[in-house]
Amino acid sequence: MVASVRDGRRPLSFWLLATGFAAFVLFLYGPMFAIFVLSFQGPEGGLTFPLRGVSLHWFAKLWEGIGTVDIGAAFRRSLALGTVVMGLTVLLALLAGLAYRKRLPGGSVLFYVVVSSLIMPSIIVSLGIGLMFRLLDTALKTWMEVHAPDWYDTFTTLLGMYSSGLGAQLTWTLPFGLLIMFAVFNRFDPAYEEAARDLGASPWQTLRHVVLPLIGPSLVGIGMFGFTLSWDEIARSSQAMGDLNTLPLELQGLTTTVTTPVIYALGTVTTVVSFLIMASTVAILWGWRRWRMRG
Amino acid sequence: MKHARWTLPAWVQAAPLAVVFVVFFLLPLALIVMVSFWRATDYELIPAFIGQNYADIVGNCGQDGDACVMLRTYLSTFKFSLLTWGVTFVLGFGVAYFLAFHVRSTMVQTVLFIVCTVPFWTSNVIRMISWIPLLGRNGLVNDGLMALGWVDEPVEWLLFSDFSVVLAFVHLYTMFMIVPIFNSMMRIDRSLIEAARDAGASGWQTVLHVVLPLCKTGIVIGSIFVIALVMGDFVTIGVMGGQQIASVGKVIHTQAGALQFPAAAANAVVLLCVVLLMVATLMRLVNLRKEL
Repeated sequence: MVASVRDGRRPLSFWLLATGFAAFVLFLYGPMFAIFVLSFQGPEGGLTFPLRGVSLHWFAKLWEGIGTVDIGAAFRRSLALGTVVMGLTVLLALLAGLAYRKRLPGGSVLFYVVVSSLIMPSIIVSLGIGLMFRLLDTALKTWMEVHAPDWYDTFTTLLGMYSSGLGAQLTWTLPFGLLIMFAVFNRFDPAYEEAARDLGASPWQTLRHVVLPLIGPSLVGIGMFGFTLSWDEIARSSQAMGDLNTLPLELQGLTTTVTTPVIYALGTVTTVVSFLIMASTVAILWGWRRWRMRG
Repeated sequence: MKHARWTLPAWVQAAPLAVVFVVFFLLPLALIVMVSFWRATDYELIPAFIGQNYADIVGNCGQDGDACVMLRTYLSTFKFSLLTWGVTFVLGFGVAYFLAFHVRSTMVQTVLFIVCTVPFWTSNVIRMISWIPLLGRNGLVNDGLMALGWVDEPVEWLLFSDFSVVLAFVHLYTMFMIVPIFNSMMRIDRSLIEAARDAGASGWQTVLHVVLPLCKTGIVIGSIFVIALVMGDFVTIGVMGGQQIASVGKVIHTQAGALQFPAAAANAVVLLCVVLLMVATLMRLVNLRKEL
């Protein structure tokens, strides 16, 4: 292998592995491409090939809503939640990343907790959070019954998208954010900060004008992780969302009941959003580099 | 620290993250353990300290033919973990090996690596249902097999079966093997491989005796991810098994849906112990702290 690298000829193993790799990429993307094509089925078309005409019929159906499910509302809810998760993931991961650069008592314990959240089966985390909020509800109701009867009548539950749901998703996105932060600061040259300090910059100025511009691209990457992971999250959200469902939860429910290409149309729309987020991340990073090079 | 100036103490900066994990991770886990000993009626939870929920898991074992439901569910979940682990390992190792040792330009390497990871940022459920037009009764695979005359009627076990479940797992989780193994491979000193070459090792021997042992960390990390993901799964087994195949995660999900929280909590505790045991076993194979 190494010898052939020197003389430039490819060994047989290269061609075998290259074929295998191509097959793997086809395996990864082929099925996704199939539902993308099938979402443009004509009105007569079914869940499988062949295409019976090409139309936007199923996207129109999707727009009207599937049965009792208001797809538009779920879409907006997921978009809003994803944005909040993205912002908090970037902010908390950045702060914690900065903290780990100093002496942080208990830092390694916290690190192990965060990493174990990553490999903890999501259904357990979700069950725990759902349970916690139910117990909290019961406790609150008992208290209100005695002390605040007015509230007792209107109170339903604390379980909700921006309480339990948000927390559940953060336990999934933050480990990725913190690990990326570690990778970034491991490669970060502290000489830049020392130079800034020597020139009389305050800690805040050093962070604002030296550190943040240097690590900015990684923060954009963490933001992308935060949004896309939240956008598609099911397992941790399943017990923690309360009454209103996010888009992926609705989608999961629809897999058992819907037998028309409308579900493919939904799949195409969701995937397009994911790809848009990835594309804008790349665009931001590219723009950032150009701007830095010019400035 | 000549110009010692006021900065935020480290613990203040780390506090928001720590609070999230205490409130939404550690506390819920503790509550699960607590509630697993409670009793429940149809509408309320009753604090108690009973072992009934755990007894129900192994309940009625060895009494008649149909007992041990929970135990068999665990075995079936193990089976999926093992199958998925085996396939993703071979596939992930092969892909990572190709990327790390056969692709010469860094640019091409990065692009191909990103190609492998992009699906990770798209929806799992959509990647699952995307198999329907291919594997269904009238799907492309069956059409192809029939056209070739290999089978007379559509093959039924392609979709909503053990096969489709493992296929979907492999489809979803091979990435978790590729990334850490690729990372390990990129750290291997290339001169070691040249040395093996010079010492007369064949390509295959080099892979087996040099590359494989040096990727141990990556393999262990990937294995932990894949096994933990499959052991706790309920979405993939649900969708790809046509809601007909049981798994521990699905049982917990169903019990929680029916508000049988103590039973669900007991199952969660058992699942947690099983997963921790598997992770601990894997960790013994490699000293992670030393390798980081």
